[in-house]
Formats: sequence, C-alpha cells, structure tokens
Amino acid sequence: MSNNLWSRREFVKRAGTTAGTVAVGFGLADLLAACGSTSAPAATGTGNLEIFSWWTGPGEKEGLAQLFNFYKQKYPNVTIVNQAVAGGAGSNAKAVLATRMQGGQPPDSFQVHAGQELISTWVKASKMEPITSIWNAAGWDSVVPKDLKDIVSSNGDIWSVPVNVHRGNALWYNKKLLDSKSVNPPTTPDEFTSALSTLKSKGIATPLALGSKGNWQVQMLLENNILAAGGADFYKKIMSAQASFTDPPVKQALTWIKTWLKYANTDNSAIDWDEADNRIISGKAVFQVMGDWAKGDFTTKKWVPNVDYGVVPSPGTTGKYMIVCDTFGIPKGVKDHSNAVAWVQVCGSQEGQAAFNPLKGSIPARTDVSPSGFDVISQQFMAEFKTDTLVPSSAHGSATPQNFANGVNDELGQFLIKLDVNATASKLQSLSDEFLKTS
Amino acid sequence: MATATAQPAMVERLPRSRSIFPWSSERLTPILLVAPSVILIGIFVYGFIGQTIRVSLSRWNNVLPDYTFVGLRNYIRLFGIERFQNDLINTVHFTAFFLAGCLVIGLGAAVLLDQRLRGTLFFQNVFMYPLALAFVVTGTVWRWIFNPYTGINVILDNLHLGFLKSGWLTDTNVALNGVVIAAVWQMSGFCMAMFLAGLRGIPEELREAARVDGATEWQLFWRVVFPLLRPITLSAVIILGHISLKIFDLIYVMTSGGPGYSSDLPSLYMFRATFQENLYGRGAAIATMLLLLVAILIVPYLIWNIRGETER
Repeated sequence: MSNNLWSRREFVKRAGTTAGTVAVGFGLADLLAACGSTSAPAATGTGNLEIFSWWTGPGEKEGLAQLFNFYKQKYPNVTIVNQAVAGGAGSNAKAVLATRMQGGQPPDSFQVHAGQELISTWVKASKMEPITSIWNAAGWDSVVPKDLKDIVSSNGDIWSVPVNVHRGNALWYNKKLLDSKSVNPPTTPDEFTSALSTLKSKGIATPLALGSKGNWQVQMLLENNILAAGGADFYKKIMSAQASFTDPPVKQALTWIKTWLKYANTDNSAIDWDEADNRIISGKAVFQVMGDWAKGDFTTKKWVPNVDYGVVPSPGTTGKYMIVCDTFGIPKGVKDHSNAVAWVQVCGSQEGQAAFNPLKGSIPARTDVSPSGFDVISQQFMAEFKTDTLVPSSAHGSATPQNFANGVNDELGQFLIKLDVNATASKLQSLSDEFLKTS
Repeated sequence: MATATAQPAMVERLPRSRSIFPWSSERLTPILLVAPSVILIGIFVYGFIGQTIRVSLSRWNNVLPDYTFVGLRNYIRLFGIERFQNDLINTVHFTAFFLAGCLVIGLGAAVLLDQRLRGTLFFQNVFMYPLALAFVVTGTVWRWIFNPYTGINVILDNLHLGFLKSGWLTDTNVALNGVVIAAVWQMSGFCMAMFLAGLRGIPEELREAARVDGATEWQLFWRVVFPLLRPITLSAVIILGHISLKIFDLIYVMTSGGPGYSSDLPSLYMFRATFQENLYGRGAAIATMLLLLVAILIVPYLIWNIRGETER
C-alpha cells in the first residue's frame, strides 16, 4: 500500500514538473485529493488566497475590500481569506507575521512598508521570492517612478509591488486662522520659525501642534528637516551609513526642532497625531507636520481643503517627496502560489490602485491613474509625485531597518526632554554604527 | 497563605509500607498523579526558561533563529544601553512606591473595616472591585483621568486648587508616579482583603488578654496585632512585588514608557526589542534579567517558608 502511494506521489511530482496546462492542473488536484494529500498546487482561479495586512482602520479597511472585490471579479472561484491584524503601523501584525514565517506557515502575500522593512529582514533571511519577472512582464517600469522601484529593489531583484504612496513631508495648517493673522504659509525653515513667532505674538500660545506619543512623529520632523538641510543626496547617504549623523545638516535639523518646540504644546508626549489634528481644528494651534493620513481627520470633520485647511511641503522640502509606501510581496513556499502571483498583479494594476487609493487617502504608486475620483489635495500630490525627487522615509521603515528607526524614536524622546543637539547627534550616529553598517 | 502551604507538613506521616515490589500501586499512584503536571511544567515553564536563556546567549538578532553561541555579549550590550539602565532605576522606584502605597492603604482600610461597624461589607466590596478589572482597563481609565485637558486637572481648576495641578503623565518627573497611583488604586483592595483575613484570624482572646494587662489600643495594635500580621505582610510583599516587576499592560496603555524613558520598565523594553525590533537575543537577555530580579525576591521567601515548615 505504501509503495503504491509512493509511486503515485512520485508520478504526481514528475507530472507536476512537466505539466503546464490548467486541465492537467485540475487532474493533479483530483489525483492528490484521491491520495488524501492536502498540498494540492491549485491552479489560478481556484483555492484560497490568504492576505495578511494591518488595514483594519476606517478608510483602509474599505480600500482593502475594494481590492478584494476587484480580485474576485477577475478570479471568482478564489476564496480570499482576510488575515488583517489590528494595530497602528503594523505594531501587532509584524509580531504575528514573524511567528508564521518562522513556523514555515507564511501567508500567500503580506503587507509591508516598501524597502528596508522587508529587505533587511525577510529578504536578507532569503524567505522571499523575487517578483522581478512579474514586474517586467507587467511593464511596470514605464508607470512606476524609478526612484520608487529602487526603494523596493536590492541586489538587482525587485521584492514587492507598491500599491499606494503616502507623503511624509507635509505641513498642514488652519487656513482661516492663518489668513486672519495675515501670515503666509511658510516654505523654508526660517519662514516657519518667524511664522510661529508672529502667531505667538498675535495671541496663539502654541501655534505648532505636536503629538509625540511613541516619538515617531518627531522622527518624521527630523527626517524632513534632514532632507531640507542636506538635500536628497545627503539624505540617501546618511540613511545608508555613508554620511555621519554628526554632520552639520543633522545638527541643523535638530536645532530647528529645538527652536520650534518653544511654540509647541507641552503635553505632546501624552497625545498622538490625531489629537494634534483636533488642536488645529479647534483653533488652539495652527500648524502640524504630519503625513497625508492627517487629511482623514479633516475630512470627517467636514473641513474643506483649501478653504478651511491647506497644505504645503514641510519647510524647506519643496520639490521633494517623502515616500511612505505599502507594498505586497510573496514569501517562499506559499500554499497558493499562482493566486498570490495574481494578487500581486492586481495590486500593481491601474484599476486596482484606482479602486484602493481614494478610500485609503493615499495616491497611486503608478503615474498613469486618472486623478478624477481623488480629492483636491491628492490631485495636487499626484501631480507633484510625477516631478518631485522621491526619497524613502526612515520613520516608516523604507529607508532603514525597523530596529534603527525604533532606536531613533527612543533617542528623540530623550531629545524632547534634554534638547541637547550634540548629544543626540552622536547617539544617532552610534545607532547608525550598530544597525545601518551591518545591513 | 503561609499557614495554607504549611498544612501538608502537619499531616502525620504514615508508616511506610514494606512491599516486595518496588512499583506497587501504593507507590505508583502518587507518581502517576503528579507526573502530568510535572511534565507539563517541565516543558512549558522550565523548558522555555532554558530556551530563553539559550536565545539570550545566542547571536539571534534578526528575523530568523541563529543559535550561534556568543557568550554574554547580549548582556554586556544591554547594560551599556541608556534605556535599560534607566529601566532598572525605574523598576526600583516603581516597586518601592507601589508596595508602600498598597501596604499602607490596604492595612489602613483593613483595620477600619475590622471595626465591625455598619456598612463595612459594602465598603469591603467597594475596595475589592478594582481588582476585578484588567490592568488594560485601569490604564485606559486613568489615562483619561490624567488627561491634561479633560481630567483631574480640570476639576482641580474648578475647585480653585490649581496649585495641585500636575503634568500627571506628561512631566518627566511625575509620569512614573502617575502610573504608580493607578497601580495602587487597583491592587490595594487585594492587600486589604489579605490583611482583613489576617485580622479576622487573630483570636479575640489575645486582644482581651492584652486589654486586661492594661495595654492601650495603640499598643495593642503595634505590639500584638501587627506582629501577628507579619506572615500576611510578607506574602503580600511577595505577591505584589512580583506583579510590579512583571507589570507591562498598565504602562503600555498609560504612557508607553514616555515621556522619554521616564516611565519605561524592562518588560516594555523586552516587548519592543523582541517583537518590534527583531532583536531576539536582546529581548531574551532582558527576560532573563527580569527572571533574576523576581528570583531575588522569591527565593528567600521560599527558603523561609520551607524552613518554617520543617521547624513546625
């Protein structure tokens, strides 16, 4: 009996390597089912598709559902298993994912921030499958900016497909309040400082709203400021350990934060960015530097863009786009391989991105999606995305490994208390030595 | 607590049966009864402790296991990290204030409730209820209470007690105490229950005898009642002490360790290092240090307990 079974399995294995057609694929599945085996290599269009993400919040949940709908239209017989784990920025999801990957039970595809968050971990551990051939077959080179492609590539291979792009360097302001105090939206750090000081002298005690719970918001300030002080090339160098955090641009960046903190709310460590949004809405504050997900709060409060609120690139970063980007890749050894390939194709498709992004509040990673259907600010960002210099965010896992970004968060928490520019700069450099040089 | 664990020793030993078969049912039964729990505890407690120590001595500091032995490197690095140094100081601070708060409030409440006045049962329940809550719930509620714009500061303002206002969770010098207040609020009821049981267990005759001898109520408490509460106090210290060393959820919800590291504790850093930074070796080293800290507290207690049993 066991010999009989073995020979059948052997046959299946050999047939599997030569068979290419769907018909044989079905035949194999039937045959394996007869053997009582569960590892049937399902053909595209049948079986399951397990998608792992942390999209459970308002907007993103609906966006994911739209992507699922679009997938189901193309492959109606595939059962999609939504394995979303709640928790902002994937704080819980990443731990669950690690357990599954270590246990050899990877999901068919999982959400991951573009770049180092994937490359320094699962790619380095050779647990991912390159998607270079899918990328080239779909011709995404012509529609995805090369800067962005570089972020998701390493050693000549592409590892995940970007599905959306958020902007990290944005300065949001209460437009009516700013206009009433006759201050112009600032474009440089110095203009920003003088705008803050003018507003303070005109009766707004804390014109800068800051929520620093977890400190990553401060890291966003820092990376935007490094970009402003050192330019895109310096930014890329420092995030790959080819420049030092004790160099003048970093100290300049920290000094700006130190200056601006005088105009920020002192309870910042207890609140998060959404509460800081509320301070702008209630008129207690005028400015906040935050990613474009801040827009969601304004929209739910029925605030009208360019009437109630406005946005400019964060001080000194005009013409530069700080990329915060979600992508999907394929782990090695997934159960439903062809379905996973189809999923990645859907994520990278024009229709998929057009369906997902308006709900998520982000812009498509492709430059050929029609701007109709997006809000005014997304339209403005889509136009700038095509021409701006793109740089990966460190605070959101693209430019640097997670453990570096977490260390920076901790150190910036100290910086908010001690305000010691030189001490923080050298601490940041020692983090760079520990985590950036080895990766 | 101490008396409960001491009981088995008081049972008279039965004369040992002299069976010819070494594995007679009389000897086999207890072994079989104990075996499952011994095996399960062996694997899921001691096995995993061993595994954690092994990881803490390994080079595993990325997503995939790497058990290459590196000696104490993770520990040496750990003690050089400002955040961990700070965590150790915070642990001492938190444990000291948490224990003192719980014991004083718990004992005070127990003494008051022991007066057998009208309504003591009601208050007994009132004090006990916080214990029924999860730390996560307590943390969330107290975060709201300490919110600078909606919570207790607003009440103080309205009562013209503005000078009592504080940056409960936002001031680096105060934040850890804010967490201590929440923890004490939750656990002092438990302490009260233990002391109350202890007080009720003190025979009335002893008090009567002391009163007959002319002791004042004050002397009665400090000379008679309090010494008799010593085993209870020690048990309370042990139980609360290891809770305070392991506390995670309350801090995570209330401050996430902030501002800066001012309310950070090793358990929080352990979680961060292991599950968010993939530094498994470092996380395991922190876990081992926590185990050592708890052991420092528990082992003398166990020795004292066992000695007490053998002496009796």
